[in-house]
Amino acid sequence: MAAGSTYTPISTTTLGSAQNTVVFNSFSGYTDLVIVTNVKSTSTENMSMIFNSDTGSNYSRTIITGNGSTATNDRQTSVTSIGTDYNGYFDGIDFNQAKIIQIMNYSNSTKYKTCLIRSNRAQSGTDAIVGLWRNTNAITSITLGANSLNFAVGSTFTIYGIVAA
Amino acid sequence: MPNTYNLIATSIVGSGGAASMDFTIIPATYTDLLVKISARSADSGTDIAIQFNGSTSTVYKITRLYGTGSGTPTSNNNASATSLINNMVTQPSYTASTFGNGEIYITNYASSNAKSVSIDGVTENNATASFATFTAGLWSPATQAAITSIKLISDGGNFAQHSTAYLYGISNS
Repeated sequence: MAAGSTYTPISTTTLGSAQNTVVFNSFSGYTDLVIVTNVKSTSTENMSMIFNSDTGSNYSRTIITGNGSTATNDRQTSVTSIGTDYNGYFDGIDFNQAKIIQIMNYSNSTKYKTCLIRSNRAQSGTDAIVGLWRNTNAITSITLGANSLNFAVGSTFTIYGIVAA
Repeated sequence: MPNTYNLIATSIVGSGGAASMDFTIIPATYTDLLVKISARSADSGTDIAIQFNGSTSTVYKITRLYGTGSGTPTSNNNASATSLINNMVTQPSYTASTFGNGEIYITNYASSNAKSVSIDGVTENNATASFATFTAGLWSPATQAAITSIKLISDGGNFAQHSTAYLYGISNS
């Protein structure tokens, strides 16, 4: 990953009130994107991600995950969002989930969009995930959702932009 | 354009090796920390133990997931560890001139919460013994504190010459 001025913080959201989704929609001029989150909720839940508000069955993911005793693979195809964690979920006790999402060539108009995700919560598990959005449009918005719950006050979401040149 | 991905410090192992690579002065001015590692052991062992602020008590938690290139991947954990630990070091029995590689990402290292860590490591060496390891780590001392130092310990003796660790600070503004 390039150093210095090519790794630019675009925006950070620290929740002052609980909410179900966090949206990034202003990130033009970069090659790749990186999102880093530390979140909590009121109970155990997974974080979903969609692009450009597309809620169609246009996403898939493949995951390898461990919960401290069992390692497993899982795949979901033609689903309505990318599940960004499995055993590395967030919960209602702590801010211990650390997640890093890398979205490559997000503005390319000739290819589907792929992302790599590492999600971790030491008490529950660790995940390595590849996600796909089957759409050639440039990504102009990213919505991170808490599904049936809300992200708690104090949850942090930061998006960085990486320039190839 | 802001400069938010800054090299804080470098550790390069010289001739004779070193038992650890240490970062002893970490300012609290960044949001996250990232350590990039290239490491080989002069003795034995393939793990790096990671300790913060000199803490050696059982206040670390880890859950690991790893594969060796054959068979079913494995997951294990330790809820009362004395360090974080991840496989990312080649050893003398491995192919010559190969070094393991790893990345340690520490989120919100200066916060008043427990510190969550994402760790990746590989020891590819064109042989049957190689690992790819993912670890979820947590440092949760009785009194939460900003991370001001990081110690990287070779679990099997000394790091070999030319092992390196680079510490970067990442700011969100």
